[in-house]
Amino acid sequence: MFLLEHLWIIPALPLLGAALNGIVLRRQAHAVVNTVALGSTALAFASALELFREFSALAPTSIPWGENFFPWIWAGDFRADYALQVDQLTMVMLLVVTGVGFLIHIYSTGYMEHDGGYGRFFCYLNLFMFFMLTLVLAANYVLLFVGWEGVGLCSYLLVGFWFHKKSATDAGNKAFWVNRVGDFGFLLGMFMIFRNFGSLDFARVLPAAAGAPADPAGHFGTFTWIALALMTGACGKSAQLPLYVWLPDAMEGPTPVSALIHAATMVTAGVYVVARSHIIFLHSPIAMAVVGVIGCVTALFAATIALVQTDIKKVLAYSTVSQLGYMFLACGAGAFSAGIFHLMTHAFFKALLFLAAGSVIHAMGGEQDMRKMGGLRKQIPWTYWTMLIATLAIAGVPGFSGFFSKDAILSAAFLSPYGGKILWAIGAVTVLLTAFYMFRLIFLTFFGKAEYDEHQIHVHESPNNMLVPLVILAVLSVIGGWQAAPALWGGENHFEHYLAPVFADAASAMEPSTSAMNAHSIEQQLTLVALILAALGFFIAWWLCIKNPKLRDTLAETFSTPYRILVGKYFVDELYAGAIVRPLLWSSTNVLWHGVDEGLIDGTVNGVAHLTGETGDRVRHVESGNTRSYASWMVLGAVVFTSLLLWLAVH
Amino acid sequence: MIVTILFFALALIAVSGAVSLIVQRHPIHSALSLIVVMVALAGLYLLLGAQFIAAVQVIVYAGAIMVLFVFVIMLLNAGAEERTNVSRMAAYIGLPLSVVLAAGLAWWTASGSQALSALSGDVTPTRSLSMMLFQEYAFPFELTSILVLIAILGALTLAKREGGAE
Amino acid sequence: MVPISYFVVLSALLFGLGVVGFLFRRNIITMFMSIELMLNAVNLAFVAFSRAFDQLQGQVFVFFVIVVAAAEAAVGLAIVILIARNRQTLNVERVNLLKL
Repeated sequence: MFLLEHLWIIPALPLLGAALNGIVLRRQAHAVVNTVALGSTALAFASALELFREFSALAPTSIPWGENFFPWIWAGDFRADYALQVDQLTMVMLLVVTGVGFLIHIYSTGYMEHDGGYGRFFCYLNLFMFFMLTLVLAANYVLLFVGWEGVGLCSYLLVGFWFHKKSATDAGNKAFWVNRVGDFGFLLGMFMIFRNFGSLDFARVLPAAAGAPADPAGHFGTFTWIALALMTGACGKSAQLPLYVWLPDAMEGPTPVSALIHAATMVTAGVYVVARSHIIFLHSPIAMAVVGVIGCVTALFAATIALVQTDIKKVLAYSTVSQLGYMFLACGAGAFSAGIFHLMTHAFFKALLFLAAGSVIHAMGGEQDMRKMGGLRKQIPWTYWTMLIATLAIAGVPGFSGFFSKDAILSAAFLSPYGGKILWAIGAVTVLLTAFYMFRLIFLTFFGKAEYDEHQIHVHESPNNMLVPLVILAVLSVIGGWQAAPALWGGENHFEHYLAPVFADAASAMEPSTSAMNAHSIEQQLTLVALILAALGFFIAWWLCIKNPKLRDTLAETFSTPYRILVGKYFVDELYAGAIVRPLLWSSTNVLWHGVDEGLIDGTVNGVAHLTGETGDRVRHVESGNTRSYASWMVLGAVVFTSLLLWLAVH
Repeated sequence: MIVTILFFALALIAVSGAVSLIVQRHPIHSALSLIVVMVALAGLYLLLGAQFIAAVQVIVYAGAIMVLFVFVIMLLNAGAEERTNVSRMAAYIGLPLSVVLAAGLAWWTASGSQALSALSGDVTPTRSLSMMLFQEYAFPFELTSILVLIAILGALTLAKREGGAE
Repeated sequence: MVPISYFVVLSALLFGLGVVGFLFRRNIITMFMSIELMLNAVNLAFVAFSRAFDQLQGQVFVFFVIVVAAAEAAVGLAIVILIARNRQTLNVERVNLLKL
């Protein structure tokens, strides 16, 4: 019961590590920094495991288990305390965040070995862990928002880690600003929640929402606005349309950062919020539709861009955006536990993909362009095999974790009353595209002939502290989905069963339109279709990358316009720059700076001073040194005085 | 009856003397006009029954102070006034305002005075005046003597020539 | 029967003339004399009111006014002499060292 009563220890451990590393130990030897950073994260993971044990022993009636540690904000009727809570959803997130985080910390000791900002890096990483854990453990929206903003801050710090590079600092800025736009929506959502429910505690808001009537279909009621506002925040944080533009740029940061923040944990915060607030979303058919549409359109959109990218990390970035789209598609279809399931498996294989890519980059001495790689599989076998396992997982090959989670999502999209055949179709097409671009990545990097100068670059395998996390993550990518396996042959999806108490009210809302037996056979058919599409994608990739490489250039020329659009990423960045950024900069410079600040404010202040001077300059002529004018002033005074007395006497 | 005639006559003399004071160019003419005014005022005091004051007016004011003025004018050889015109304030604002002031004062005092008894032939005995002066107002009286002493000393000090004994 | 208010009006008139004279003359001595005129006007008012209210305080005050006027005239004329000696002029407009 110890950890349950002292939940604050779990976020406090990385915070302590961050403080020590950041303030005191920054310039110490790597061994010292490692001990503190890895130690705090390992302890956090161990605490999460211990908490899992304690939590499993709890009676179902005491879940969610909440602890209120100290009152924080108390203003009139509004109360937001430092309160943490644990339920099954929290448990899953905790284990994923601390587990994957710990592995990435280990990896970073090898990847950042030769970097001058070693201590600073681990300080930021630990700080990020603290904020993410606060986000996940929070028992009210305000504390969650603290974590939300905090991870945004750490993202900025870590993306712009190599701050000597302008592109890195620009990317950090962009991440922060685009996130801010989403945060604005999130704040509006919080305001609306408070206005309607009088509190921001989960324990008060969610049951109250459950009891309230839902918004009628097609009607923009209270729940719709709240859900849409929260979704805006989620779009920003989880890089969905239209706020995804920061994620590809965020690849400027070191690869462990991309793995931890932009694959496994931070970008999943949006999905977590939607899952946590699922009651609110379920009460608004419009919002469910919006979430589903955004999810699947983003999935397709990002997958198409990933088809033609040449930077290995950019492919993975767009892949992340696409997979996050799948998670939102699941939430929009009402299958929240499927979305969380995919979140977990995605954390495993996407982190693995990024770390392995980092290993490749490290082996190639910093080269990230896939066209300049090739034939690496003999030279870096461990990296190759782990990356291949991850690719099989993401493509949805049966037996690997990604297969089970993607399957759950697609069948939910097809069968759910919120879903639609179109959503499923788009998701299915994306399966094909995903398989294609992932295997294209594998083939270009590890197969074929070497496109680099073998005398310049000595390809070498990474050290053990980078390889061990890869292997562990590879194992997880394989077995991570197995608890859902029994569902294939009519058994029970254990993961969904575990999360069932959290999403109990969702399940009741999701009456499938067909009977159970029928649903099962439809699911099996859908699985088959998905498998065929994945195999098709693999085959096309093999044909274009191994069998007939010249065909790629021919296709690029034939379909030159679509190709250029894809390479240009649909020119979204340019669109934003022209439509939003430039007018904003112009108005800030001319209206706010020159107009308001210089003209109005400075003008007023300077004007007052100037006016004083002018007045003084005019008035000083009263003191003319001329006796006669003094005399006349005196007469004037006397007249005024006598008039006053006269007037007083008369009235 | 005769009092009325006397009053208006003396008033007329006083006013014309005052006007002459302010319009004459040469200071000596202004001084002489002032003497005329003072004598007229002395007459008016007599009409009001203040003999002692009338006598003091003529002896001290007209006889001593104005003589002092005349001496100084002669000493400094003050000539006719030149025409410089620097203070516009005085010209454009001062004149109307002073007219307003005078009118205001006149109206105020005239309208405010209630049962002012008309003039009769009563005369104030000097005796009662001096009783008041030396009993109730003895202290201010002594103070004024000191004031005069100071004035003498001041005038002497100021007018002394530099570095020489007068 | 002359009402007291006539005397008072006359006093105000003389006072106004004194003010006008003070404002419009440039010779210091003449300005000084205008001041004396003003004082005289005030004296007249005092005596008139003393008679009106049948009290002697007015006349006593006139006495003191005359004494003070004498003292003031003495010192003032001494200053005028000094000015004439130093600035070689009796025009008050020329005595303007304090002018900006």
